[in-house]
Amino acid sequence: MKLRVEGLTFAYEQKKILDNLDFSVEEGAFVSILGPSGSGKSTILKLLTGVLKPEKGEILVDGQKIGGLSSQFAYMPQNDLLFPWKTILDNVCLYGEIHGSLKEMRREAREHLAEFGLAGYEDCYPSQLSGGMRQRAAFLRTALCRADILLLDEPFGALDVITRGEMQDWLLNMRKKLNRTVVLVTHDMDEAIYLSDRILILNQSPARIVDEIAIEERQRNREWLYGQGAMRREIYGRIMDYVDIK
Amino acid sequence: MKKYIPRLAPVLLILILLLIWQAGVELFHVPLYVLPSPLQVIRALAEELPTLISHGGVTVAEALVGMAISLVLAVFLGIVMDCFPLVRQGLYPVLVVTQTVPMIVMAPILIIYMGFGAAPKILTVVLMCFFPVAVSFSDGLAQVDEEYVNLVRSYGAGRIQAYRLVKIPASVPPLLSGLKVAATYSISGAVVGEWIGATQGLGYYLLRVKNSYMLDRVFACVAVIILLSLGMNGLIRLYQYQAFPYMRRKANAQRF
Repeated sequence: MKLRVEGLTFAYEQKKILDNLDFSVEEGAFVSILGPSGSGKSTILKLLTGVLKPEKGEILVDGQKIGGLSSQFAYMPQNDLLFPWKTILDNVCLYGEIHGSLKEMRREAREHLAEFGLAGYEDCYPSQLSGGMRQRAAFLRTALCRADILLLDEPFGALDVITRGEMQDWLLNMRKKLNRTVVLVTHDMDEAIYLSDRILILNQSPARIVDEIAIEERQRNREWLYGQGAMRREIYGRIMDYVDIK
Repeated sequence: MKKYIPRLAPVLLILILLLIWQAGVELFHVPLYVLPSPLQVIRALAEELPTLISHGGVTVAEALVGMAISLVLAVFLGIVMDCFPLVRQGLYPVLVVTQTVPMIVMAPILIIYMGFGAAPKILTVVLMCFFPVAVSFSDGLAQVDEEYVNLVRSYGAGRIQAYRLVKIPASVPPLLSGLKVAATYSISGAVVGEWIGATQGLGYYLLRVKNSYMLDRVFACVAVIILLSLGMNGLIRLYQYQAFPYMRRKANAQRF
């Protein structure tokens, strides 16, 4: 599904966080929103899911205006937010529990446990799993939502460097299988380059999309990523053009 | 062996204190109406066991009913206070004030209003147990990470579902902590109610044997009250262990 955001503006306690934000995401594309910490990246996703209400502006999915909480989006927060009192299987089936299709979703989840590296852990509690496994469980929970657009809010931000790298490799591999429109919010330049079809660059609060970079490469791996120094320099330069250092 | 030492320490300490007590009573020939020896208490306990069991049953029943009422009330009020912040702001300080009224003053007033039956004893238990349960549950609800609620809301959950799926289960650990405290108080609450005016129960028995200067039986009854209070606390712990496996220490241990 195609996503379009027009003139999205949001203020919190008189402080303008987002100012007239415009962007669009094509169906099936993987788009990253890259910006410095505190620039309002997570706010964009919370506005899309309907958890926050915009001051003005419109969110359109396939040309249809979205207002409030919407089932078009599946949101994955920064922390895994797995419920400690639920087993991994019940955690990943949260959407099914909410919408009265728990049995069906359990069956579906069991089919996907192996490719998410969780086979044999379905009856464990989140505290028994490693950080990477918990994050994969949170990802499976997001993927099992009957939503066409996945919103990922720095999903690997809380992980150590090695696990983060492993998770990025895994997500790159999963991209084709997911076959969904994805909006990833991150402050990690390499993560954005590695995973995205397009990078939207956000300036500091009040945030606006100030630039965008398309990445055409189809055959990606770590070697390819390490050779992207020029792109990294270009993105860094574009971010710094708009950073107001006080 | 080393890991059992911390568990054995309080048992050893109690044994040493009992030995000192026994030796002191025998050495100074302390009369029974002043202080019975631990052995005299044990003997009284054995002789009076059927009577203590019969009175204890009444007290436990009152404590259990009082606890159940406290739990239902605390959960209901906790949710209402969480839904309506104005109710919380108004009610919370009142709850704190109710706890400053000594129960020994309240109990006779309750008997004037409600008579000598089980009702005033149960209400005494409720007045003692409700507060720790309500406060722990209400604080638990208030401290739930809003991100969890946002997550289920973004998945299409309504307000009631948000409570069912997130807020209430997340508040179970503090609720159980409150229940453990309340369970320990519950027997004492019933005993206070019975002490003021009753025809059965451990409080009634305690008053009768105290007035007869049978201090060995008084101490035996106190021992039963302690055991029952610990038993009530243990009951909550057992329920927690059985019903919430994720709270077990083993389940919380990191596997990696």
